[in-house]
Amino acid sequence: MSTITAGHQDVAAATTKIIHPVWVRVCHWTNAFAMILMVMSGWQIYNASPLFGFVFPRSITLGGWLGGALLWHFAAMWLLMVNGLVYVTLGFVTGRFRRKLVPITPSGVIADAKAALTGHLAHDDLSKYNSVQKLLYAGIIVVAVIIVLSGLSIWKPVQLQWLTALFGGYDFARYVHFAAMAAIVAFFVIHVVMALLVPKSLRTMIIGR
Amino acid sequence: MIRKPKFIIPGVDKKLLIKDATKLLPDPARRRFLAGGASLGALTLLAGCDVIDESSAETFLSKISKFNDWVQSAIFNPNALAPTFAESAITKPFPFNAYYDVDDAPEIDAKDWELEVSGLVDNKKSWKLDELYALPQEKQITRHICVEGWSAIGSWTGARLSDFLQRIGADTKAKYVWFRCAEGYTSPLDMATALHPQTQMTFKYADQILPKAYGYPMKIRVPTKLGFKNPKYVIAMEVTNEYKGGYWENQGYNSFSGS
Repeated sequence: MSTITAGHQDVAAATTKIIHPVWVRVCHWTNAFAMILMVMSGWQIYNASPLFGFVFPRSITLGGWLGGALLWHFAAMWLLMVNGLVYVTLGFVTGRFRRKLVPITPSGVIADAKAALTGHLAHDDLSKYNSVQKLLYAGIIVVAVIIVLSGLSIWKPVQLQWLTALFGGYDFARYVHFAAMAAIVAFFVIHVVMALLVPKSLRTMIIGR
Repeated sequence: MIRKPKFIIPGVDKKLLIKDATKLLPDPARRRFLAGGASLGALTLLAGCDVIDESSAETFLSKISKFNDWVQSAIFNPNALAPTFAESAITKPFPFNAYYDVDDAPEIDAKDWELEVSGLVDNKKSWKLDELYALPQEKQITRHICVEGWSAIGSWTGARLSDFLQRIGADTKAKYVWFRCAEGYTSPLDMATALHPQTQMTFKYADQILPKAYGYPMKIRVPTKLGFKNPKYVIAMEVTNEYKGGYWENQGYNSFSGS
């Protein structure tokens, strides 16, 4: 009997070591792939009618020209939206968002940001996010929701005119969509730098532990 | 008094527009929309392998685009009207946009012009401009949204296309109304959109006879579609079940392109 119990405990111990369950990892990498396609094709679409005084170099865009970029954008959007829906649904249903992303307090964020900038932030326990991580991970989910909704409002300003109105009308919605893209790209840069600085965090997102 | 913004349409100025038009000039290379080596290189990098070749990516993307046609026609609400605006909201000057310069736009003499009607209709007689002007007309001030992203609000007056289709005894169960234009431009319009109350055979812009830049003598105004689905200098319409393609549609723009 005792050996069986011990075996159970081993299994339990091994299971608890899993920091990112399979669904998180699959959604994460699918999202990364879809986001990169969306951003690169989005830059090419932006170039057709720039909102600001610059365009994106063609070499970092996807699609070759406006028509090709639109095809990529409106194909990858399905992957992004379906994957995003699965991720957000499971995040709530499994309680992962509740366990991992809250509470976020201003004092905690300030303290952890200071610690991070002075190199004192510990990364011993990757299963617990620090306050800055919580803020960024929760924030980027909100930004992702905004970029999808503002995108839909630009795509369907007649059929979804209530949504377009919510974003301040067609022309303003384009700026919202752009700002959300800028936030995602900024997040991406920080996220990748941090993953490279703490390589075991990259490992957990690949093999789970 | 609020200072007038330098550019009325965000991100659009005349020079840029002309540059864009030049850029959009069709060339054989552009027909393959993935022709840019960089775009495929990036994809290969992302996929981490070479299994995705250019033509299979193109085939895949055009299949998704057809799926998107289907999705858009499914969510198209025939009763949803495009938002309308006050006269004061009209964009001045309303931009000219085409794949050619305004000086190269077709010069049409009303005396020689006739609208040719063909396909699944009872009455195939051609229409002179005066006969079309005699149809009941209405005005709309709606937003024109270009596939490039910019938009402009304009004022268009003309006859409802749905009234005209009824008048010529068109089979409104057919799939498309296909338009042909003086300069060779073509574009198909799905029947549900053709019957939409705001889809218009336009004869006037800002209460004046349509100037050459905006499609004299007749354009089709479709406020529930992107700008390139609003053909100018129309010379023929055909009611058909056959998908006949269009100038931009054949190069990769999504065919439904609804707003």
